[in-house]
Amino acid sequence: MRRETLLNIVLFALLPATALAAWMLDEPFIITLATKAAILALAGVGLNIALGLGGLISFGHAAFFGLGGYAMGILASHAQSYAPLMESPFLIEGTKSMPVIWLVAIVTSALAALAIGALSLRTSGVYFIMVTLAFGQMLFYFTISWPAYGGEDGLSIYVRNGFPGLNTLDPLTFFGVAFAVLALVLWGAGRLAKSAFGLALSAARQNPERVETVGLAPYRLRLVAFVISGAITGLAGALFADLNRFVSPTMFSWQTSGEIMVFVILGGVGRLFGPVAGAALFILLEHVLGGLSEFWHIYLGLILLLVVLFARGGIVGTIAGREVAHD
Amino acid sequence: MSFLTLDGITASYGPTQALFGVDLTLEAGEVCALMGRNGMGKSSTIKVICRLLKHSGGTLTFDGRDIASLPAYKAARAGLGLVPEGRRCFGPLTVHENLHAAARPGEWDFARVCKLFPRLGERRDQVAASLSGGEQQMLAIGRALMTNPTLLILDEATEGLAPVVRQEIWAAVASLKRDTGLSLLVVDKSLAELRQVADRAVILERGRTVWADRMDALDRGVADTYLGV
Repeated sequence: MRRETLLNIVLFALLPATALAAWMLDEPFIITLATKAAILALAGVGLNIALGLGGLISFGHAAFFGLGGYAMGILASHAQSYAPLMESPFLIEGTKSMPVIWLVAIVTSALAALAIGALSLRTSGVYFIMVTLAFGQMLFYFTISWPAYGGEDGLSIYVRNGFPGLNTLDPLTFFGVAFAVLALVLWGAGRLAKSAFGLALSAARQNPERVETVGLAPYRLRLVAFVISGAITGLAGALFADLNRFVSPTMFSWQTSGEIMVFVILGGVGRLFGPVAGAALFILLEHVLGGLSEFWHIYLGLILLLVVLFARGGIVGTIAGREVAHD
Repeated sequence: MSFLTLDGITASYGPTQALFGVDLTLEAGEVCALMGRNGMGKSSTIKVICRLLKHSGGTLTFDGRDIASLPAYKAARAGLGLVPEGRRCFGPLTVHENLHAAARPGEWDFARVCKLFPRLGERRDQVAASLSGGEQQMLAIGRALMTNPTLLILDEATEGLAPVVRQEIWAAVASLKRDTGLSLLVVDKSLAELRQVADRAVILERGRTVWADRMDALDRGVADTYLGV
């Protein structure tokens, strides 16, 4: 078995093992941390499709994370106030059903990614970074100045949304839901990377001109990748909002975009399980170092610096070797 | 109308003009050699055909349609398969992945490419960057074939390869000519090998077509005038 496969299995088992151990020790807070790690990993898996596979340095993935969050917040707040979202031309009511909210989050962020991608992919390099950042900031300031849904204060949802047949208020059950979604998306992302589309996308990252001469359009490949990437990060946003039962404009801030990028870089750009390792380490550091000092980001910065300078394949690359970036 | 027609093609790289009037015709199923000394515009001509370089004048038709306004990927989909100079395989992808990424439906699939180049089958799961020069060249040809082109363009396919490997490549070209209806446009420096496969030859000098005729009409005098060093 390849070293990376083995490492992936360990990484995959790490989160549920932590959650189960915490459940046995009756430490619900640790279960919540594991849930947070799973959800942030999901956001990272989304970004990794654009960044790792497509080579698209998006500094605006908070836009999708926030849209997913607000999809949840808006639908759930209407459900809890019994005020319909829209009455004419047809009635749209709020909902507390997770699957419906997820679907709305995915569709909304995919459409946003289509619009943002269609414009920003006409540029490249530093301009692409700036255009994606600008879109994220536009949504950030829009939500701040939008009083209907809490403005700067955000929106609180009193009770966690439901999943048919499950008690999502139980921390371990909600962890199970989030982890199942992560597992499913990881499986899909793995398949995607090995598909003809994924291979062509990798090839376009390396040499766009050669890809054109075999009849593939790099722009379209990247746009599709950007849409898939945004949709996954949007789904993560909806779950994250459900975990906290709270959404605020912070989800749209450029710091959020940066954090999602940190998960990917810490774990290993382009490695399927990189974001899982990165998000888990991030949460661990936040918890451990955050307990020692309010300024724990200084240490995180140091670690990130060391990874970028000395371990460019991230955690996964350092442990599993850098022979190939894919299976 | 010919399968591929270039009529009075001119093209520039920024302020530097490279092509001053290239004429070339190729009939379906024919093998045409594109020759000339270094820097005479062979690769630029190929870039124009594949839409990697915009031409500033002249007409370009392929398979009965004007392809001048098509982007490169649409020209490739229309049936132009390019084996670029310097091979340029997708290094981190394996042999199979390189071929799979380029695949479009048609007669050519992984199995058939491996039949033409058995070595690619043996190296199926090896990353392209770790292959020898000759194997990378076979992979580049295979990748172009996987797009199921109607015209295959080989740009310096045997350059810098060991003599044994060159023979293998030429044998593959000969078998493509013999066993398929594929049209071929071949840029190469070895006149002896081109004589074996090409039906027609076009010679460029300073960005212009200076000689075009059947290959067997290319006598020593012509070769000395335009191809000798």
